[in-house]
Amino acid sequence: MSDTMTAASPGGAPKVSRINEAVIRIAGNSQDGIQAIGGFLARLAGRSEQEVMTFMTIPPTISGGPSIFQVRIGSGEVLSAGDEADVLLALYQHSYEEHIGSLKKGGIVLFDADHVEPKPEWQKDYHHVGIPISTLAVEAIGGTAKDKGKNIYALGLIARTFDLNVPKLEKLIAERFGGRDESIVKNALVAFHAGYSYDTGNLLETFKFTEGPGKGGHQVVMNGNEALGYGLIAAGVRFGAGYPITPWTDVMELLRRELPKYGGSFIQCEDEIASISMAVGASYAGRVAVTGSSGPGISLKSEALGWAVMAEVPLVIVDVQRGGPSTGLPTSVEQSDLNIARFGSHGDSPRVVLAPANVEDCFYTAIEAVNIARKYNVPVFILSDQAIATRIEAFPEPNLEKVCQDISPDLTMVPDFTPYDLSTPDGVVPRVVPGTRIASGKYPVATGLEHDEAGHPTGAPKMHQAMVAKRRKKLLALQATVPVPKVHGPPEGNVLLVGWGSTQGPIREAVDRARAAGDSISSLHIKYLSPLPNRLDNIFSGFHHVFVVEMNDEGFYGYGQLAGMLRARYCDPRIRGINKTDGLTWKVKEILAAVKLKLSSNGRAAKTV
Amino acid sequence: MSETITESPLRVDVPVAAPPPDSGRKGLTKKELAADHPTWCPGCGDFSVLALYFKLIEKSKLTHEQFVSVAGIGCSSRFPYFVQAHGVHFIHGRALPFASGISLSRPDLHVFVFGGDGDAYSIGGNHFSHTARKNVKLTYVVMDNWVYGLTKKQTSPTSPLGFKSKTDPWGAVDYPINPMKQAIAAGATFVARTTSTNPNHVLAMMEAAMNHDGFGFVECLSECVEFYEGAFDAANPRKGGMFKEVPKDHDATDEQAAYQLAGTDFPGYFGILYNINKPTKNAKEAEINRGMMEKVKGLKDWQILQKNFDRMR
Repeated sequence: MSDTMTAASPGGAPKVSRINEAVIRIAGNSQDGIQAIGGFLARLAGRSEQEVMTFMTIPPTISGGPSIFQVRIGSGEVLSAGDEADVLLALYQHSYEEHIGSLKKGGIVLFDADHVEPKPEWQKDYHHVGIPISTLAVEAIGGTAKDKGKNIYALGLIARTFDLNVPKLEKLIAERFGGRDESIVKNALVAFHAGYSYDTGNLLETFKFTEGPGKGGHQVVMNGNEALGYGLIAAGVRFGAGYPITPWTDVMELLRRELPKYGGSFIQCEDEIASISMAVGASYAGRVAVTGSSGPGISLKSEALGWAVMAEVPLVIVDVQRGGPSTGLPTSVEQSDLNIARFGSHGDSPRVVLAPANVEDCFYTAIEAVNIARKYNVPVFILSDQAIATRIEAFPEPNLEKVCQDISPDLTMVPDFTPYDLSTPDGVVPRVVPGTRIASGKYPVATGLEHDEAGHPTGAPKMHQAMVAKRRKKLLALQATVPVPKVHGPPEGNVLLVGWGSTQGPIREAVDRARAAGDSISSLHIKYLSPLPNRLDNIFSGFHHVFVVEMNDEGFYGYGQLAGMLRARYCDPRIRGINKTDGLTWKVKEILAAVKLKLSSNGRAAKTV
Repeated sequence: MSETITESPLRVDVPVAAPPPDSGRKGLTKKELAADHPTWCPGCGDFSVLALYFKLIEKSKLTHEQFVSVAGIGCSSRFPYFVQAHGVHFIHGRALPFASGISLSRPDLHVFVFGGDGDAYSIGGNHFSHTARKNVKLTYVVMDNWVYGLTKKQTSPTSPLGFKSKTDPWGAVDYPINPMKQAIAAGATFVARTTSTNPNHVLAMMEAAMNHDGFGFVECLSECVEFYEGAFDAANPRKGGMFKEVPKDHDATDEQAAYQLAGTDFPGYFGILYNINKPTKNAKEAEINRGMMEKVKGLKDWQILQKNFDRMR
């Protein structure tokens, strides 16, 4: 809660402080519905023109297990879910003990006095407020509800503490629980008001958010998987196929539910291989289709992916990355699939890889991926990750009338068709899909065998060389259109942090914080990972150090997967890695500490950072 | 909006539907349908299946806009190259899911899938079961030669016990698959068996499979003269064998009876073993879509999406 301005509190009443942002961490068990509280807070922030970002951990177990949900709400720019919490709501002893460390010194710990025994040694560092949440929730809504209303009761407590907009929250609660049994909404509202009106006396001050700058227009609030799914629909995708795997499953569930409204289908297949095969089949048949998975499933899809490269059939493949290898950490985040997205599959199989930077970007990247796939007839990866998939953000509502597109195939008769024509300057040949009459009477076979221009199999050495070059050339044509990313901060200085995917926010926040302290540091975010944008070396040359910040291993040589690619391309020894593999998102302070360490271990003066 | 490098065109309503075939057009002829000369060995049973496929297309008066031929990997899977029509040569064992992707997204196209025993029952075994159970509308013709031919004589999932191959020099030890039993057990709605040495029968079975509304499966014995010569002589009257048709009183809707016929010792019975009508995957998905589309009737696609976004404000 930066920039706290404390107002005088007359007559011993709880004081009111004005704040411009707050980090609230709710710790409990996964079945307590704490994600729902977080969701309400995030959506409220979105409707109040505030910025918001959430962070959650979920146990990989089927039901139960410790879980947290962290919400950072701000009237200004919110780039990460926050390193330290201002308020911790702890529902159990384990929640209290595990997460007190994430609370900043002097922060408030609101705990369920029915389940938590506070530790005397922590009392001086943190402001403890115990409330028998379980008992009071049951009292409020009646004995039969068991633990059910606890989360909403706690939401009421938080609403009082942060003087949140009650009518808006009531509306959100009614929307969330509405449509079912009338009494459910009623009970929820009763629990909420019981929490809201709980009298903490002088124990707890009240915080009030300052007004944001006001963005105008509507904001929408959703998580990355939702944004990705809806983005695919906006892009005109009407067919997909997949197999359930965490954390990709939400995307497939959404598409299964939504696509029929548009006359489309999402098919749950018997396995990952069938999924990509079916999606490529549908793509071949006309509209770009989608498949997706997480690490283990992506491995299984590699062969069919190579076919799409060879046959030049478009496809969108979503990879919601999780910790690997193998089954790995199903509910944790990692950026360790860049290599498989970029190189996975045998032979020389160039493809496109894009990584969205935030939830909003998931929506637009989906459209971008579809359009690149259909323009260049190539598979396009969208590399999302567990963190971006599950985190909730508010962003300006897209102009759907403008962005929604129709990608139906054109089946008008053509005079002749050479599917793998080598004479086009950029290697791109617009497709003619099945169902199209070809006047010459010569029809194409889409094939995974090396082929001549007409699609006939051939092993002729020169033809293979020419076709390999053609498939490369197409993507070089794409590369020529990829914008050079803009540097965040001055274009010259001591340190440049390079990142990709979901780490954009924390990296920018790290840069902003270090710069505010006088350090010479900037950052660069790379969205187009294959092919890479041109002229990155010009940017690198403005800095003494280029540190690539990634959530993957530093490998044998001290740098991660993107750093490896940048090194291979630029042979620049200044490019080094800042890596971690703890399955959690980067904290701003972790990035800054790592930069400091890298600089000092380098033997150079570490004075600037 | 985030950085993008391609323009999003404004939406244009173009429904996916094949242009209606010219009323004056005749069905395709064998001459129009024949493409590259097959690379199969002289005497291969697959020649017969190809010739009868041409005949089937000709007879059914299908135009080039109305069908696709799909195959996986193997000798018989070279099939699409020899047909002058939209075709696909996909990867090993995955022709069925690929074909399902076409079938489920393009109701205007009839999808024919061709393959061999390795493609269908070994590497593609999982897809065989699931495509059958889902009753995806397509026609699947498996040219079963009981051996891996393209890789030059290894044991196949239908090789009989004792068959000497390069991977079983002492004779095959694994119990072979019975494709018909497998198909019936998986829930296939049309299961037929034929042999390439009886052309009229092959055509009749392919035609019945094509006209079946659902997963139409034809197991066609097709001799590999190079690596398993004489494998099917016992089913060929010209080689002193016996071509036994499914008994006239066989009830093809009776699963138990079909299973029993399928289990008869070689050369067994030829004909339609099993044939029932069940709603296809295609029809079920279309029904879901009709229901869902009714709820958003009159709305443009972007307006349907807008309704979701309104709830996320």
